[in-house]
Amino acid sequence: MIEFHLDSRSGVSPYLQLVQQVRHALRLGMLSPGEQLPTVKDVVACLAINPNTVLKAYRELEHAGLAAGRPGVGTFITATLSDAPVAAQLPLRRELDRWIGKARAAGLDDESIEAIFQDSFRAASARDIA
Amino acid sequence: MSATPTLTATGLGKRYGRKWALRGCTVEIPAGRVAGLVGPNGAGKTTLLHCAVGLLAATEGSVTVLGGRPAADVEQLGKVGFLAQDAPVYGSLSIADHLKFGARMNPKWDGEFARDRIDQLGLDPKQRAGKLSGGQRAQVALTLALAKRPEVLVLDEPVAALDPLARRDFLATLASYVAEHGIGVIMSSHLLADLERVCDFLVLVSAARVQLADDVDDLLATHRRIIGPRRDLTTLPGDQHVVWESHTDKQTTAVVRATGPIHDPAWQVEELSLEDVVLAYMGGAGEVRSIGRTTMGVVQ
Repeated sequence: MIEFHLDSRSGVSPYLQLVQQVRHALRLGMLSPGEQLPTVKDVVACLAINPNTVLKAYRELEHAGLAAGRPGVGTFITATLSDAPVAAQLPLRRELDRWIGKARAAGLDDESIEAIFQDSFRAASARDIA
Repeated sequence: MSATPTLTATGLGKRYGRKWALRGCTVEIPAGRVAGLVGPNGAGKTTLLHCAVGLLAATEGSVTVLGGRPAADVEQLGKVGFLAQDAPVYGSLSIADHLKFGARMNPKWDGEFARDRIDQLGLDPKQRAGKLSGGQRAQVALTLALAKRPEVLVLDEPVAALDPLARRDFLATLASYVAEHGIGVIMSSHLLADLERVCDFLVLVSAARVQLADDVDDLLATHRRIIGPRRDLTTLPGDQHVVWESHTDKQTTAVVRATGPIHDPAWQVEELSLEDVVLAYMGGAGEVRSIGRTTMGVVQ
């Protein structure tokens, strides 16, 4: 079982935060198929949030094929996100580490490095859309 | 859950002497939602709530709760629970007296629920209500309001005076009850971070009028802050509506409501909290958008 938390300053709507936390837990292998998600009532009582928020998050997870509701019992994980992506992450991370090393060697400070990354990321996303 | 809206106001207005506390208020709060009512002090929030529960008579227009006229009859009074500002209790009466009083006054009173709640709160029924802490008093008042088994609960600034922990406990009680019973809630508050968690619908009243009434997720999904080199915002695509804008001689910052994604790479696009969205509307309340006029934030 996982426990949810909410960041009220993130600007990400609460239901998306719940969805992202489940996806994150799946990706890191903290949740696996067959495991139950907290009941709507438990989440609501724990976080003081709107029940529809939890229902919406669980519906989205069901829609994505990651979870399934069993009427009267609860919502259970039905799929995993962990295997392939983790393996693919390693070489990518190594490459990024090397790039950061190069940027530092070139005399860039952390802020400049972040700015370059975000700028390139945005430009690439814009190209994907166009 | 019935599909009759929790609240429907049509051209609702309330005048005190020459001053309109609320005017031309037209809004519909859908059934089964937890609706937050926000706006600056004196904007007409309490007036709207008091009209809805029948404590005030409207000067013009109309308001219905669950399709019924406020306080029209015993049935309507039983359907609507109301928790007034600062959670008033009778200081000299014990908690048990309050429960007895509630049982006499309310046909659908759920005495078992009320006793269980008081027990869960760790309170002694013999204790005088005047001796309770602010958080305890609010919880007792909420227990009374819920034990009458309302179909709609109206709360006026229920958590304003509470410390953060008491506030969280109060809202958790409220949200749990909503999860179990699916009642409609209308709650006014200044604490937008709380509302962002608990509410799924938001009504913004400012300058005696309704400026905004919408789904919270929808508000968060469609509003963005855009920052970029100075430019004329009338050139924005038609699906981007400017809510608030500010220009310096080099830079333009704006809050827009966009129905589609914002592709223009000149803009840095940021997501907004509910508080930012509300502030953007309050900043622009009553002002007509005109390019060239705005030079907010410029040090000349």
